[in-house]
Amino acid sequence: MKKAKQIQHMISKPFDLLSEELVFIILDLVAQSPSDLKSFSLTCKWFYQVEARHRRSLKPLRAEYLPRILTRYRNTSDLDLTFCPRVTDYALSVVGCLSGPTLRSVDLSRSFSFSAAGLLRLAVKCVSLVEIDLSNATEMRDAAAAVVAEAKSLERLKLGRCKKLTDMGIGCIAVGCRKLKRVSLKWCVGVGDLGVGLLAVKCKDLRSLDLSYLPITGKCLHDVLKLQHLEELLLQGCFGVDDDSLKSLTHHCNSLKNLDASSCQNLTQRGLTSLLSGARCLERLDLAHSSSVISLDFASSLNKVSSALQSIRLDGCSVTCDGLKAIGTLCISLREVSLSKCVTVTDEGLSCLVMKLKDLRKLDITCCRKLTGVSITQVANSCPLLVSLKMESCSLVSRDAFWLLGHKCRLLEELDFTDNEIDDGGLKSISSCRSLSSLKLGICLNITDRGLSYIGMGCSNLRELDLYRSVGITDIGISSIAQGCCHLETINISYCKDITDRSLVSLSKCSMLQTFESRGCQHITCQGLAAIAVRCKRLTKLDLKKCPFINDSGLLTLAHFSQGLKQISVSETGVTDVGLVSLANIGCLQNIAAVNTRGLSPSGVAAALVGCGGLRKAKLHASLRLLVPPSLITHMEARGCAFLWKDYNNHNNNNTLQAELDPKYWKLQLEEDIEL
Amino acid sequence: METEDDLCKNNWGGASSSSSSKRREQVCFTSQHKWEDASILDYEMGMEEEPAFQENSNNNNGGQVNVDFLQGVRAQAWDPRTMLSNLSFMEEKIHELQDLVHLMVRRNGQLQGRQEQLVAHQQQLITTDLTSIIIQLISTAGSLLPSVKHHNMSTAPGPFTGSALFPYPREANNLASQTLNNNTCEFDLPKPIVVEERESHVVEEHEMKDEDDVEEGENLLPGSYEILQLEKEEILAPHTHFCTICGKGFKRDANLRMHMRGHGDEYKTPAALAKPNKEAAPGSEPMLIKRYSCPFPGCKRNKDHKKFQPLKTILCVKNHYKRTHCDKSFTCSRCHTKKFSVIADLKTHEKHCGKNKWLCSCGTTFSRKDKLFGHIALFQGHTPAIPLEETKPSAQRGSSACENSNNNNNTGMVGFNLGSATNAIEEVAQPGFMDGKIRFEDSFSPLSFDTCNFGGFHEFPRPMFDDSESSFQMLISSACGFSPRNGGESVSNTSL
Repeated sequence: MKKAKQIQHMISKPFDLLSEELVFIILDLVAQSPSDLKSFSLTCKWFYQVEARHRRSLKPLRAEYLPRILTRYRNTSDLDLTFCPRVTDYALSVVGCLSGPTLRSVDLSRSFSFSAAGLLRLAVKCVSLVEIDLSNATEMRDAAAAVVAEAKSLERLKLGRCKKLTDMGIGCIAVGCRKLKRVSLKWCVGVGDLGVGLLAVKCKDLRSLDLSYLPITGKCLHDVLKLQHLEELLLQGCFGVDDDSLKSLTHHCNSLKNLDASSCQNLTQRGLTSLLSGARCLERLDLAHSSSVISLDFASSLNKVSSALQSIRLDGCSVTCDGLKAIGTLCISLREVSLSKCVTVTDEGLSCLVMKLKDLRKLDITCCRKLTGVSITQVANSCPLLVSLKMESCSLVSRDAFWLLGHKCRLLEELDFTDNEIDDGGLKSISSCRSLSSLKLGICLNITDRGLSYIGMGCSNLRELDLYRSVGITDIGISSIAQGCCHLETINISYCKDITDRSLVSLSKCSMLQTFESRGCQHITCQGLAAIAVRCKRLTKLDLKKCPFINDSGLLTLAHFSQGLKQISVSETGVTDVGLVSLANIGCLQNIAAVNTRGLSPSGVAAALVGCGGLRKAKLHASLRLLVPPSLITHMEARGCAFLWKDYNNHNNNNTLQAELDPKYWKLQLEEDIEL
Repeated sequence: METEDDLCKNNWGGASSSSSSKRREQVCFTSQHKWEDASILDYEMGMEEEPAFQENSNNNNGGQVNVDFLQGVRAQAWDPRTMLSNLSFMEEKIHELQDLVHLMVRRNGQLQGRQEQLVAHQQQLITTDLTSIIIQLISTAGSLLPSVKHHNMSTAPGPFTGSALFPYPREANNLASQTLNNNTCEFDLPKPIVVEERESHVVEEHEMKDEDDVEEGENLLPGSYEILQLEKEEILAPHTHFCTICGKGFKRDANLRMHMRGHGDEYKTPAALAKPNKEAAPGSEPMLIKRYSCPFPGCKRNKDHKKFQPLKTILCVKNHYKRTHCDKSFTCSRCHTKKFSVIADLKTHEKHCGKNKWLCSCGTTFSRKDKLFGHIALFQGHTPAIPLEETKPSAQRGSSACENSNNNNNTGMVGFNLGSATNAIEEVAQPGFMDGKIRFEDSFSPLSFDTCNFGGFHEFPRPMFDDSESSFQMLISSACGFSPRNGGESVSNTSL
C-alpha cells in the first residue's frame, strides 16, 4: 500500500527520477524547435526552472529586459545582442553583474550607445570572457580599446569598422589580451604596421588574423608570418602591401592554411611568390580582383604551395588559357575553383583546368559569358564529385550540356542556372540529383511547369528555389514543388505573372518556409497570404511589393500569426495605416519598406514607427520626411533605426510597371544597360 | 635604442661591482653571446672593467699565465685563425668551469656541514677561472681593434698625438673609447667615473656641443700642457675679443678679424686674416698644449683638485662654468619646467620639447611612435598610455556616464589601473606609475557589489530614451509596450 503511494507520488513528478544531465539531454533535443522549448517551460514550475538552468545562449530582442532575462537564465554563456540596437552602459553593467562568471561570449556588433565605462564593467566582471564582437563601433576610441585589454582571457576579438581606433588602442589590446587567437581588424583604417606588428609580437597564439583594408605595408607581415600557429591571414584590399616591401620576406609559416590576398592592387607575381614561399601547407588561396594577369608565369609562383592547395579564387582576374592550364596541372588536389566574373575565360582554358581535377567539388563560373556547352560538357565528364556549380549568365551554354550535367554529376547540391538556356529536359536530368538543396532558375525563360514537376518529384531535399522572372511557371508547377519539397525554406516567385493564391495555399504546406518573395505577383490576395501566415510559423522575410491586392486584412493576419517576422516589404500595395500599425504587434520586426503605398498617412506611419520597438531600417517615401514630425525621426534614430527615403515619382507610371512585367521587354532593356 | 644600451651597460656594471662569484658567473655567461655579435659599444664595457681584473690577476697565480696570453695576442696583427683558436680555448675553459660548478652544486647537497674554509676555497677557484676567461675575452676583442684604428686613421687623419703618449698595453682600450666617441681624437684613461658623466641614463636626448664631449675624456699627462685659468668675470663677459683700435667686443676671433678690415688695408692681408695659431703649426715642433682650469674652488675642473681634468678650449670653460656654477635662468617657454643656463641648450631642448607625445605606461616618453612600439615590444607588461584628451569626448554615441567619472582627474594619461587580481601579473611595478593614472576604483567606487545586488547599476543613469523630447516620453510609455502575448521575456524564438 505504502509502496503504491510512493509510486503514485513518483508518477506525479516523473522527472524526479531522472538526473539533471538526462533532462538536459532531452532538452537539447527539444531545443531544436524554439516554440517547443517555450511550451516545455510553460508546463510547470519545475520545467520552467529546468529550462532556465539548461539554456546557455540568449539573443534578447530588447536591452531593457536584460535584468529579467539574465536573472531567469543564470547559466548564460553566450549573449548575442545583435537585436538590441541601443545597449547602454547600464545594460552592460547589468550583464556583467548578473552573468559575469558564466559569460563567455558577447556580441555587440549591432549595438551602440555604450562607452568605455560599460565595457570596463563587462571586462572586469566577466572573468571568463573569451569572445567579444565590437564590430561597427565606429565611435570607439583608443580609451575603450584600453578597457577591452582588461579582459585578459579574451581569445576571439572582432573590431571590424572601428574606424577611430589607432595603433595605440591595438597596442593596449595586444599587451593586455595575450591569449588572443582570432582577431579581426577589418576596416580599422586607423591601425597601421606598428599596431599589427605589436599584436603579432605579443600574442603568440594567434590563429586567425583579418587585416582587410588596413593601411599596412609588407613590413608588419614579417612579424605576422613568424607566428607559429597562424592558420588564416586575410589581406583583402591592403593596397599598401606591395612587392618591394615583401622582397626580403622569407618565412616558414607552415601552419598557414588560408590566405586571402584579394584586391591587393599593388601585389604582383613577385610579391606573391615571396608571400607564398614558406606557406607549404596552404589550402585556400584567394586572389580575386588581383591586378596581375593570371598567366603561365603567375601560375609558376604557385609552385611551392601546389601540393596541398584545395581552393583557389580568381574572381575578376584576367586569366589566360595557359595560366589555367598550368594551374590545372600543378594543383591536382584542388576542390574549389572560383572564376566568377573572369570575362576572359574561354572554353579551352576551362577545359584544360578541369581536365585533371577529379576531386573538384565546387566551381563558380558566374558571368563567364564566353563559355559554351563544350566546356560544361568537359566539366560534367571530368568532375563526377561536383557538389556546387554556379554558372549564372552563361547564356551560350547549350541545352544538351545541362542534360549531361544532371546525368554525370549525381552529387550536386547547389546549382545556379540564373539567366541560362536550360529547359524542361535539363531539369528532368537535374532532378536525378537527390541531394540537391539549392536551385536557382531565375530568368530561365525556357522552363515550364513540366520541368518543375520533375524537380518536385526528384529533389525532396530542396531548401531554396529561385524562380525570379521565370515566367513559364504557373500554379501547377509551384504546387508540385510544394508537394515534393517539404523542407523548402526559401522561395522566390517574383514577377511570375501567372501565380495566384492557389500557389500560396499549396506552399503553406511547407512548414519550414522562412523567406517568401512574391514581388510583382499581381494576382496574389490576402487569402493566399493568410494561408502562408497561419501555417508557416517560421516566416522571417516577406516581400509583397507590387502586389496590389494585398491590403490591411492580410497584414492583420500576419501580425497575429507570424510572430517571427523580421523583414517585410509592402511597397506599392493597398496597405493603409491600420495594416502598418498592426505590424507593431510583431516584436522582432526589424525592416519595413513601405514606399508609394497610397493609403498611408503621415500620422499612421508615425504611429507604426513608434510602435515597432525593434525597428532598425525603415524605407519610406521621401515626401513623408517632411510630414512626419522631425522629433520623431530623431527619436527613432536614437533608438537605432536608420531611414532610407526613396523618391520613385518618375517610375510611378503604368508604362514602366507594364514594362517590368513583360519579361522579354525587361530582358532587352537589361541587355542594353549592360552594353552601355 | 638607448634603453638597450643601458641594459647591457647595467649588466656589465653589475658584473664589475658584485662581489659574489655566483652572480658574476651568471652575468658573464649571459653576456657572452651578446659579445659574440659584438657591437663596438661593448668594448667600452670591457674597458671599464679591466683595472679591477688586473688587480685580481696579480693576486693569484692563474692570472699570471693570462697576462702572458694577453701579450701574445697583442703582439700579432689580427688573424682570424688565431681568433678562432682563442675562442675555442675560451669555450673549453668555460665548459670546464661549468662542470666544476655542476660538481659543486651536486656535492653541496651531500656535504652540508663542511668547513667554511672549503667553501671559500671553491669560491676563490671559480673567481680566478672566471677572471682569466674575462681577461681573455677582452684581449681577444682588443686584438680586433688595430684594424679599426687603421681604418679611422685613413679616413680621418686628425691629431692622433695622444696615442704616442701612452704605454703600449693601454692602447687597445683607448682605441675602444676612440671609436666610441667618434668625434674625439684624444684618448681617455679608463676611469669608472666616465660612466657617471655620460648622460646615457637620461632618456630625453640631451644634445651636447662637440666641445663638451671632448672635455670629458681627456687624458694628458700632468705637466705636458700649460694650464690657464680665467677669472669668473672674464668667463661671464659677453665678449672675449676686443678691437684694439675702437674697443668693440666680439664673441669670436674671426668676427674681430672681419671687423679689423674696416680699420685699414694692413688688416686685409691674408696673413692678418688667417687664423693666428695655425701659422705656427706646420713644420715646427708642436707648441705646448694649452688647457684651461675652472676658477671655481673645489670643482673637478679646478687645477687644485685631486683628480683634475682640464678643459680644452675657452668655450668649454664658458659652458662648463655656466652649466655648473651659475643659475639656470633660461626657462623653456613650452613646458615651463626645464631650465638652462646656456642659451644653446635651451634652444636644443625647445626644438624637441612637447614632441614626446608617445607615452608608455612606465612613464617614458618618445618623440616617435615606432620607438614607443619598439619599447613596448621589448618589455613585458608595458602598454601604450592613451593621452587624456582622447578619453574625454565620450567614446560612444549618447554616453555621458563615463565623462563625469573622468573629470576628477587632470593627469596626463589614463591607464585603467584597476588594482584587481587580474592586474597582479604585471611584473614591472614602476614607481610613479600609479600617480599619473586614473584608477577606476576611484571613479566607480562600489565595484564589489554582489551579483544579485542591483544597487550597483544605479551608478549609471537609466536613460530609457534620454534624447527624446518630453512630449514623446508619454507616447513611448504607452505605445512602445508590447502586446501581452509578446511580453514577459522577449527572447527571440527563432534565433535560439
